[in-house]
Amino acid sequence: MLTEFKLKPDSENEQFGSMQPMIILDNVAVKYRVPTERIGTFKEFAIRTLQRRVSYKSFWALNDVNLEIQKGEVFGLVGNNGAGKSTMLKVISRVLRPTKGRVRAFGKIAPLLELGAGFHPELTGRENIYLNGSLLGYSKEEMDRVFDEIVDFSELGTFIEAPIRSYSSGMHARLGFSVATAHLPEILILDEILSVGDEAFQHKCNDRMKRFRENGATIIMVSHGLSMVEEMCSRVAWLDHGVIQKIGDPLEVISAYRGAN
Amino acid sequence: MASNTKPVYDSASYRVPAASELKELGKYRYLLRQLIRRDILTRYKRSVLGVAWTMLNPLGTMLILSLVFSNLFNAEGSYPVYILSGILAWNFFAQGTNAAMSGLMWGSGLMKQIYVPRTIFGVSAIGTALVNQLLSLVPLFIVILTTRSPLFVTLFFLPVPIILLAFFTLGIGLILSTLSTYFPDVSEMYQILLTAWMYLTPIIYPETIIPENLIRVFRFNPMYHMVKMFRLSVYEGRLPLMTEFLPALGWAVGMLVLGWIFFTSKSDEYAYRI
Repeated sequence: MLTEFKLKPDSENEQFGSMQPMIILDNVAVKYRVPTERIGTFKEFAIRTLQRRVSYKSFWALNDVNLEIQKGEVFGLVGNNGAGKSTMLKVISRVLRPTKGRVRAFGKIAPLLELGAGFHPELTGRENIYLNGSLLGYSKEEMDRVFDEIVDFSELGTFIEAPIRSYSSGMHARLGFSVATAHLPEILILDEILSVGDEAFQHKCNDRMKRFRENGATIIMVSHGLSMVEEMCSRVAWLDHGVIQKIGDPLEVISAYRGAN
Repeated sequence: MASNTKPVYDSASYRVPAASELKELGKYRYLLRQLIRRDILTRYKRSVLGVAWTMLNPLGTMLILSLVFSNLFNAEGSYPVYILSGILAWNFFAQGTNAAMSGLMWGSGLMKQIYVPRTIFGVSAIGTALVNQLLSLVPLFIVILTTRSPLFVTLFFLPVPIILLAFFTLGIGLILSTLSTYFPDVSEMYQILLTAWMYLTPIIYPETIIPENLIRVFRFNPMYHMVKMFRLSVYEGRLPLMTEFLPALGWAVGMLVLGWIFFTSKSDEYAYRI
């Protein structure tokens, strides 16, 4: 195992001393199989199957991707729409299973949910914190431990006992972010969602990200904001048509990506 | 390097989806509890009487049906008890299967973003139905007492038919939710089927009006056995014979295993199907 890692020199990781892979993708490929026409009803499907007229179009959203992400890295993914960035995140966070190849994660994965996903409008902020926490895979005890901090960080005050249908969208967003980042994640996955709330709250979010990084969390992010990727990431991969075109230093990869467009 | 040799997640270790799903579901017990709690709390959140509606609803239906049909059908014993026990068993099935379908639809937004065991939406739907069922046993006892019907010792056997019914309902619910991810029309079609199915099951009419030569056909209906199990312990007050128990057990376990395997074999596709 050790020699295998040495075969892949990676200057970005020397600062972390010993390399410790957190995510390994071996020849990962994901195939989507979609019917070329939308078949909405049973009747249609039955008739067409009999006539052998159900045609499927399949394409590879990821094709033979090999990748290792080390502990403590802030890893960025860039690429055009449909390049496979989100598919890559999904395959890492277990939402999709690879059609081929093998994905391994050596730590607990915490994805940031889209704002408001998993909340129930009729339940109070308090009840939603526990519901959302359980969706992210935490136990009651784990949520008890961070509850006060969540309330504090989200700046909701007494609103925490009100049903969240009465919340403003900013309050909604702050609560979601606070729950998702309440525990120090081993692997944090960010898909285009770092623009939460007003400027002051943005600042708090960035501080929290920094703290995660200092505490050795591994962060994987996708963003169209290239300057942000350049600023935050220690390593970047450029994806195109499901294939890694270039991987390495953020400056180099991003300028290559810019040059290609 | 030495510390982290065993991955937390390894896509290669999920070769038998039906078995690993069961393990995953165990890990997400707390989410299961939270989902059931949410469904119970929010169902009647805005109504004044709240959870009491779980009990009032079948009671109301029973009253109407008793008024309309009690002279038509001469049931032995108390017709209100007969009909209410049938309605409770049927409602459990109808609501449980529908909730399993809509639960998966609701969960689809989440499943595109995070990993949760996919069966959790179906299982929590049945869990919610079970809690509702326990609540609606209260009006059943009230009706038994007010109509001066006997309270049988066999009531202690009631958990068995309820568990069998829950298994059967979950099995059907999983099959339907799998189908409805491929064909959105399934849900609508199922509502019609449910109505027909209900009239083909002795819920409101006594079993005695079924013609002798048709009773064999009725026995092909799994819900016939489920409702019968339920009624034996509350209405007739006797334990089932082996010939009555085995078909119910077979349907319940068989349908659960079938539904579980069918659902989990397709569940990797849900994230981009719905």
